[in-house]
Amino acid sequence: MSTVLDTPAPTTPTTRRTAEARMPGFLADTWNVMVRELKPVFREPASVLFAMVQPLVFLGLFAPLLPEVENGSALQWFVPGIVAMTALMGASFTGANLTQEIVTGSHERLLVSPLSRSSLLVGRALKEVVPMLMQTAIILAVVTPFSFDLHPVGVLVGMALLSLFSIGVGALSFALALVSKDQEWLFWTVQQTLIFPVLLLAGVLLPLEGAPGWLSAASDLNPLTYVVEAERALFAGDVPVDTVAAGFLGAAIVAALGLLVGLRAMNRSA
Amino acid sequence: MVPSVVAMSEHTTQSGTVIRTRGLTKSFTRGKRTVEAVRGLDLEIGHGELVAFLGPNGAGKSTTLRMLTTLLAPTAGSAEVAGYDVVTQRRAVRNSIGYVGQGNGAGHTQRGRDELVSQARAFGMSRVDARRRAEDLLAAFDLTEHAGRPVSTLSGGQRRRLDVAIGLVHTPSLLFLDEPSTGLDPQNRANLQQQIERLHAEQNTTIVLTTHYLEEADAIADRVIVIDHGRVIADDTATRLKSGLGDLVTLGFAGREQAVIAAERAAAGLPADATVERSGQVVTIRAARGAETAAGLVQDLAGLGAPVQRITVAQPTLDDVFLDLTGRSLRESNETTPTATDETEGAAA
Repeated sequence: MSTVLDTPAPTTPTTRRTAEARMPGFLADTWNVMVRELKPVFREPASVLFAMVQPLVFLGLFAPLLPEVENGSALQWFVPGIVAMTALMGASFTGANLTQEIVTGSHERLLVSPLSRSSLLVGRALKEVVPMLMQTAIILAVVTPFSFDLHPVGVLVGMALLSLFSIGVGALSFALALVSKDQEWLFWTVQQTLIFPVLLLAGVLLPLEGAPGWLSAASDLNPLTYVVEAERALFAGDVPVDTVAAGFLGAAIVAALGLLVGLRAMNRSA
Repeated sequence: MVPSVVAMSEHTTQSGTVIRTRGLTKSFTRGKRTVEAVRGLDLEIGHGELVAFLGPNGAGKSTTLRMLTTLLAPTAGSAEVAGYDVVTQRRAVRNSIGYVGQGNGAGHTQRGRDELVSQARAFGMSRVDARRRAEDLLAAFDLTEHAGRPVSTLSGGQRRRLDVAIGLVHTPSLLFLDEPSTGLDPQNRANLQQQIERLHAEQNTTIVLTTHYLEEADAIADRVIVIDHGRVIADDTATRLKSGLGDLVTLGFAGREQAVIAAERAAAGLPADATVERSGQVVTIRAARGAETAAGLVQDLAGLGAPVQRITVAQPTLDDVFLDLTGRSLRESNETTPTATDETEGAAA
């Protein structure tokens, strides 16, 4: 147990490290933060299943109850919503990891490191794309043997759309974590309170056609509504320009808002 | 060793002063209550010093450290660290220092090796250099075989060693440690102290640490800055702080009469600032160089027919120093419940 500190000679041949010279810029910092965030995901890939439990339950127990629709299978209609739901779940959970880092102290260490505040937020938010893609791949692998037709081009465009959306939701989740600080309950209360209204109002589980006026008005204000509609078109192999554009606009608004709020919260983090 | 350490900063080598604060102040407002955590601190710490901030919980030690490491903005006053202003040149300060906080620097879901590499990359090392440096530090801190495990599965001692290793990745010439040994068992605490001392001795690293362990401050620090209620109440070497108080000599005699003779004799031969008290057949003397005085006194008293039966000489501890300065024992202060200052510090984190 006794440890002797044979402090190793610094292996960097660089003799001068003045404070300003040669420090990594924003992109290198962001990459560093993103890679750091991804390390646990790659070392334990099964961890992406955590955010998938609920969507998979809905897929298994809810999809069989759906009535067959005229044009195509119910699954074809349902899966894009479940994919979007998984993205929302995963990205909105992600702030909990930051809460954990705030509680245990590693967030503080990063704040004292030379990494810029913006990179600490942006790198984290960008990382959300990777688990989202892994989760989508799993869902598609599960449903493709059933009455679900895979349209690769549509799916690829759909993934680009969901990437943008995940970055935004992830950034919002990190902002919530930064505001909640070490009060983990606060993070979960807000996250859980918001997530189901957002999901249901987007028509993920049931179509909102014929909904009362107030409900469809609320649905029209929900960016996820447009994302889900675009995903449904894309997964069906169509690329209706207006629907897809509306989806990208919705996701872009979420991303812009998320990064704005997230950067503010991170810059105030002490 | 270490050219990279010496070349740290023009600013610091010119003046020899690594940390300079002027009226550094931090107050927290919670509701209508304002807590002054740090009140007008004026400090100078030179290159190569090993300084301990000693004080009870809530004294303002950690708040001071958090201001010096750019984690908290001062309410008033200024501080320069490694030649840079902690408010206007925060990034330059961060580039120049190593920091080991109270919590775990290593993320609990991460692997130790990954965290070391990431930290090294944050300081601009190439991928190859970062990996090599990580391996060197893992070996030096006896962590190689645990480097691939999630940090959450490491023992407290292993985790703390990893935290210190992360703080040293860029071979900083100035290292801050906030309560480094809190929560460690005595053996791990001793190991850590040994590592800190060697780092200081071999690389001339300037080290500033906070502690509420008297023994720790006494054992490793060249200079002890005692902080209480946000103010510096003493600032000197541990030896000099204690020598001001003098040794405590207790003499026991066979009877009361002998004790009376001894008390008179002792009082006559001691300077005015020494104290002599008698209680029954026991005489207690508090005096500078009391141990030496006691030796002569024992001989004298034997000749006066008042032979000493029993003798103890206790050297003063830093707790005696704290007691003398504040009227409170530091040990007892540590045992009280955390103060409002602690809560605000936590919330500010």
